[in-house]
Amino acid sequence: MKLQKATKCALFAVLELADNRDRQLSATDIAEKYGISANHLAKVLRDLGRAGLVESVRGAGGGYRFSGNAKRTTLYDLIQLFEDVGTTEEGREEGDMTEIGQALGRVLFEIDEIAKATLKSITIATLLKTMEWHAHRERVRQDGTAA
Amino acid sequence: METEQIKIRSAVEADLDRVTEIDVKNTGLEKAVYWRDMFNRYGGRDGRFFLIAEHGGETCGFIIGEVRAWEFGSPPCGWIFAIGVDPDARLKKTGSQLFAAICQRLKDSGVDQVRTMLARDDSLNMAFFRSQGMMGGPFIQLEMPLD
Repeated sequence: MKLQKATKCALFAVLELADNRDRQLSATDIAEKYGISANHLAKVLRDLGRAGLVESVRGAGGGYRFSGNAKRTTLYDLIQLFEDVGTTEEGREEGDMTEIGQALGRVLFEIDEIAKATLKSITIATLLKTMEWHAHRERVRQDGTAA
Repeated sequence: METEQIKIRSAVEADLDRVTEIDVKNTGLEKAVYWRDMFNRYGGRDGRFFLIAEHGGETCGFIIGEVRAWEFGSPPCGWIFAIGVDPDARLKKTGSQLFAAICQRLKDSGVDQVRTMLARDDSLNMAFFRSQGMMGGPFIQLEMPLD
């Protein structure tokens, strides 16, 4: 599954800010860490601000802070702010209405529905927890290998 | 969110009315005969677990699972196939404690993997299991109507 650049910027920004709730981070800080354009990120952060997910912090130091609900906001909620998730062009092109087109459309629909269900089931909080679990399982695996 | 004092124990026959009631609240379906059958098959058997969560002496949730071996070509692993928490008792970490308890019992039975299966549109339970650390596995469920 390939996401548009703006969507990935948004995901990186929200997850980074949610993972560091006690700090403010500037667009430059985030852009440098993820190798993305600071200008592009600034536009994305404005959109995220309008959606109530981040807020800018004025004053010395400035920056952004996560302002959403990490336990209630899903990856799907974030992605669909920037692009359609799982929609297909079914029915919009002539070939789609043929028997073969419809058979293919049913398969693509199945893939889309699985993708949507997956994204709707992963909250920001859960995604961040998976990093801890992965790190823990790696430590256990390495300890087992070393032993 | 504080962890309430929840007691986890094996189900007894007297729990079945509350299990049925919790299931009705969650699904709208009254399945007293089904839950009695589940108790007969999974209550107090080796490798099979029908656990109850109790808060203040009142049954507030349940979970059922077992060790299954070689189904669909899979080496022995734990399966969780039912879980229910009284909607009025949610947000007390009841589900998390039930999940942790059954996982420990499955681990003590000698398996190192636990699986479950969910409807694609069951966002609530899918988000719950993911929040406990579960991720998409290597199996896909297929189906067709018999007509």
